[in-house]
Amino acid sequence: MIEGAIWRRWVFFRIPLFLFILVLLFPFYWMAITSFRPDGELYRPWNAINYNPFWTWKPTLVHVQYLFRETMFTTWLWNTMLIALASTAISLVCGVFAGYALSRLNFRFAGLLGTGIFITYLVPQTLLFIPLSEIIRNYRLGDTPWSLILTYPTFLIPFCTWLMMGYFKAIPRELEECARIDGASRWQAMLYIIVPVAVPGILSAGIFAFTLSWNEFIYALVFLSSPEQKTVPVGVVSELIRGDVFFWGPLMAGALLGSIPVALVYSFFVEHYVSGLTGSVKG
Amino acid sequence: MAIIAAGTVVGAPPRRRLLEDERWLAMMLLLPTAVLLGLFIAYPFMRGIVLAVTDARVGIAGEFVGLGNFERLASDPIFYQVVWNTVLYTAVTTVFKLALGLWLALLLNRSFRGKAYVRAFILLPFIIPTVLSTFAWKWMFDPTFSVLNWTMYQLSIINRPINWLGDGDLAMLSIIIVNIWRGVPFFAISLLAGLQTISPDLNEAAAIDGAKPLQRFWYITWPLLLPVTMVVVLFSVIQTFADFQIVYVMTGGGPANATHLFATYAYQLGVGTGLLSQGAAISLAMFPILFLIVVVQLLYIRRVEIR
Repeated sequence: MIEGAIWRRWVFFRIPLFLFILVLLFPFYWMAITSFRPDGELYRPWNAINYNPFWTWKPTLVHVQYLFRETMFTTWLWNTMLIALASTAISLVCGVFAGYALSRLNFRFAGLLGTGIFITYLVPQTLLFIPLSEIIRNYRLGDTPWSLILTYPTFLIPFCTWLMMGYFKAIPRELEECARIDGASRWQAMLYIIVPVAVPGILSAGIFAFTLSWNEFIYALVFLSSPEQKTVPVGVVSELIRGDVFFWGPLMAGALLGSIPVALVYSFFVEHYVSGLTGSVKG
Repeated sequence: MAIIAAGTVVGAPPRRRLLEDERWLAMMLLLPTAVLLGLFIAYPFMRGIVLAVTDARVGIAGEFVGLGNFERLASDPIFYQVVWNTVLYTAVTTVFKLALGLWLALLLNRSFRGKAYVRAFILLPFIIPTVLSTFAWKWMFDPTFSVLNWTMYQLSIINRPINWLGDGDLAMLSIIIVNIWRGVPFFAISLLAGLQTISPDLNEAAAIDGAKPLQRFWYITWPLLLPVTMVVVLFSVIQTFADFQIVYVMTGGGPANATHLFATYAYQLGVGTGLLSQGAAISLAMFPILFLIVVVQLLYIRRVEIR
């Protein structure tokens, strides 16, 4: 692709790519280095002399300790994990069912329903959080994990359905027909023949849904109030800032440790995640 | 084998026969989705409209006031500021996310060593919970301990600290930077997937015919990529227009409402001060604008795809 001299390769390829990587990843490096740095080094004026902000020779675990001893960080981690897993599971079941029905069954209004689900895909959470908070209170779900486990699927299902429809459409009809001729019911043909073939799609949808629920903020912020119910993003925001005082060490440690579970899951399934992401766009 | 052993349809119990009917099966399969979306999207949407035409507050049901809340918005200078902020924020970030994302996608579309790792790492800003990574940015933009100020001072670009989040325009610039940073990976990876569907033969043929790289991009790559680009932009515009997290963490809407967006202003009024109906009215005011954007873009996408 690249013709001509070596300098062209540097100017048009290596240097820009390096700069992109540097800028995209620097905040994470900054998060990590701040987490392990003593307070004495953190709070130095911006123009202090003999000061290197990019490295520390006195790494410390005090911020991490503070996080686990003085706050309910472990509880938040568990809450987030539980909510993300449960809402992902619900969304996958709904998405697989709905995707199968919309892509492989003939019935009236199939097109209309498909469009309806696509439209909800485009409704952002910030449009509905106020009336929804009222409804959650009326159902007596406020301040419980259920308030999130039941509402997160509203933005996960449309995406899962959309992705699964694409996968199901690609599976040849003959596969199903063979099973039906051999005596399987429609339900069995779906569950034992079509769904196993679509496992890569289910995995993609699942990983994507998991990262989205881990990332969700406004519903968790509005629906949860007691510290022991909070998720990591909300807990970090509300419990590590007192008035105008920011505890930057614990804050960054919380941000780092709160990111690790989702980063780990992502690292194991990068390919599936990417195909979920691109599949959601291509539809 | 279990499937064959499961028996024939003839003589099966009535419930089984019902599931054999395509329409019944479809209905059963769509039921859970319909219930959840109905309860937590359609119903709150209706409820939002009802709230917006009352004067409800937290704990008080409120009475019907017609379009009173919207009239109040129309005479609220902060609301105009919010509309302008949101439009500016969405327009500027989308342009930059598209340009930088496309550039990064073109860079990643070449083959080089460690490409899989680079691609995996580049997506990190998009994976990591936005609130958490935005805190890292807030710390980098800190008025007294900013590492950006430190670096620029050492490089002699500035001689006194920049108060990033304390000045209205700079605060807007800061949240725009964070949004672009978070969105570029999404654009890059989606556009890369689009680029990979374009046959390299086309580019080679054009190169043999003497087309320069820029011409090849403009006359081959860009038109073929346009459908994917439009969909990516559509998603991004909706998400950005309704953005909440970045502003909530970085500035909370300040200084002096300079960075308030629809969502943060709705939150401040609806949850912060308990004026439920006014908050709901602001949230709902997003809907016609979003609807218009979606319709225009979907029509445009259809036209592009037919062509």
